[in-house]
Amino acid sequence: MIIQDLMTISSQKEIAQNIFEMKLNGKLVGEITSPGQFVHIRVSDSFEPLLRRPISIAEMNPEKNEMTIIYRAEGRGTSLLSEKREGDVVNVLGPLGNGFPVEETTAGQTAVLIGGGIGVPPLYELSKQLTAKGVNCIHILGFESDQVVFYEEEFAALGETHIATVDGSNGTQGFVTNVMSEIADDFETFYSCGPMPMLDAVQKAYVHKKGFLSFEQRMGCGIGACFACVCHTNENATDQTYVKVCSDGPVFPAGVVQI
Amino acid sequence: MNRLAMTLPGLELKNPIMPASGCFGFGKEYGNLYDLSQLGAIMIKATTEETRYGNPTPRVAETSSGMLNAIGLQNPGLQGVLNNELPWLEKFDVPIIANVAGSETADYVEVAKQISKAPNVQALELNISCPNVKCGGILFGTDPEIAKELTAAVKAVSAVPVYVKLSPNVTDVKAMALAVEAGGADGITMINTLVGMRLDEKTGKPVIANKTGGLSGPAIKPVAIRMVYEVSQVVTIPIIGMGGVTCVQDVVDFMSAGASAVAVGTANFVDPFVCPTIIEQLPARLDELGIDHISELVGRSHRV
Ligand SMILES: Cc1cc2nc3c(=O)[nH]c(=O)nc-3n(C[C@H](O)[C@H](O)[C@H](O)COP(=O)(O)OP(=O)(O)OC[C@H]3O[C@@H](n4cnc5c(N)ncnc54)[C@H](O)[C@@H]3O)c2cc1C
Ligand SMILES: Cc1cc2nc3c(=O)[nH]c(=O)nc-3n(C[C@H](O)[C@H](O)[C@H](O)COP(=O)(O)O)c2cc1C
Ligand code: FES
Repeated sequence: MIIQDLMTISSQKEIAQNIFEMKLNGKLVGEITSPGQFVHIRVSDSFEPLLRRPISIAEMNPEKNEMTIIYRAEGRGTSLLSEKREGDVVNVLGPLGNGFPVEETTAGQTAVLIGGGIGVPPLYELSKQLTAKGVNCIHILGFESDQVVFYEEEFAALGETHIATVDGSNGTQGFVTNVMSEIADDFETFYSCGPMPMLDAVQKAYVHKKGFLSFEQRMGCGIGACFACVCHTNENATDQTYVKVCSDGPVFPAGVVQI
Repeated sequence: MNRLAMTLPGLELKNPIMPASGCFGFGKEYGNLYDLSQLGAIMIKATTEETRYGNPTPRVAETSSGMLNAIGLQNPGLQGVLNNELPWLEKFDVPIIANVAGSETADYVEVAKQISKAPNVQALELNISCPNVKCGGILFGTDPEIAKELTAAVKAVSAVPVYVKLSPNVTDVKAMALAVEAGGADGITMINTLVGMRLDEKTGKPVIANKTGGLSGPAIKPVAIRMVYEVSQVVTIPIIGMGGVTCVQDVVDFMSAGASAVAVGTANFVDPFVCPTIIEQLPARLDELGIDHISELVGRSHRV
């Protein structure tokens, strides 16, 4: 169920350049049903800035009622969020959307998880849940440069992990696709989250595989009421069918959404 | 005595608070969060005769204390609304105001005729003021003579009272109000969004794919208050006021300016529980103001 929770910040730290990891405590955690779901955060008590900010759930711990979000302090809203301190209370709406289907990969199978930049966070909880049930996870994580690489060790602890940086300052120089071309093709599923061009490339490279992609779109309400966040589907180009990223997604099977 | 009850043409309101059209879908999403029967009424999303797929994305952008939107009246079309949206709302004890849109008079008339017969629709809201659609919207909303004729044409077929939603994108809003009143409107709703634009800081290009969008949220409240104040002095039909309402005091302000009920739009995105919260807080605010019944607020600003 979607709830609006006043969550308490239990920790906040900068884990890479302008990349923050925030842990939040509250009953909302008990409502999370799948990795890849997101929350809608009010970054200010006033109406400046006005709209909430969608941020993915990177990790959850239901026993402690705690969840982790990882975000890049970039514009006004996320910068305000980065100024909050331990003990502060944040108004959080969630959990929102449908996440990655963990059940699509079974124990003993291999899944490839491909993330780009600030699309990496939701893959962490996904990988934890997949590995916990005996799936072999291969991670391919793309970043601009070494300065903004985060959670490399955390992912490595769960499975084989490859880093790609555009400037070559960490791992393979180039994009996630440069790494993809080097890994064996004998996996069962892929899961991906990142910028549109990356999702496009991933989908094209793995057309014959079962895969799931997480999309981003500007949001108003975050719950499916305002039609701000629609994407057209491939189902029938003339029929103009559409989906809402916030409530039908953000995760869709590969091939469904027009990129 | 229910201190919050208001009676308007076609509407017995438990309280004068209702979500504004386009900001509440057809109720389902918010209906999963709280009991919609608490609301005074619900203004559902614009309905057109044919299914509309709306504008390209990005469709929204944030601005100072406001937002721009260019959704483009996306909706499942008249039959979709009649078959799949309105029946679901029947389980709630709340009047529905159907927002009717179209490209030409015949579209409005057809939608109005059919949707006004739905069992839970108690009033129509004619959307002659959407800034985001190429045909229709803007002329109907800015030319008094055309607005009057459209109102009369819809009035002739509607089974329920007709409210006309005014655009703020005109020089003389009073002339528009008088025209729709002369056309037979039972009430006025105002204001719709103000046409605006935001440019991307880096590229200098418009942020919204449609280039322009409708400005809403706290930023437009002063404009809305001024317009309700002006219009309420020249018409005799009731006004449902809106534009930037986020809290109890905003409701008091709109009613003081001359509104008999108040709609909440963008604020639902910021706090999905904003409508029930305002309703809950209203009686205490009336106590503070020393007022027995909320109707005493209406038009306070005009009294000498
Ligand atoms: C489902 C989903 C999950 C996301 N998960 C994460 C995450 O885990 N970590 C993270 O750092 N970022 C994530 N993002 C992107 C994040 O929402 C934006 O970077 C953030 O809203 C920008 O806000 P700002 O105040 O910094 O920027 P501003 O430029 O000041 O924002 C202005 C407006 O644009 C919107 N906006 C700007 N960029 C985006 C974007 N990429 N997507 C949607 N709306 C945007 C903002 O929400 C706001 O309404 C996610 C986006 C979506 C849709
Ligand atoms: C996303 C969005 C969609 C809207 N869609 C409609 C619509 O379909 N029909 C309509 O008459 N008004 C529509 N409006 C206008 C609102 O009903 C309201 O008049 C306006 O937003 C001002 O109120 P606010 O500042 O409280 O949002 C829309 C507004 C927004 C923000
Ligand atoms: S953000 Fe409102 S429908 Fe998705």
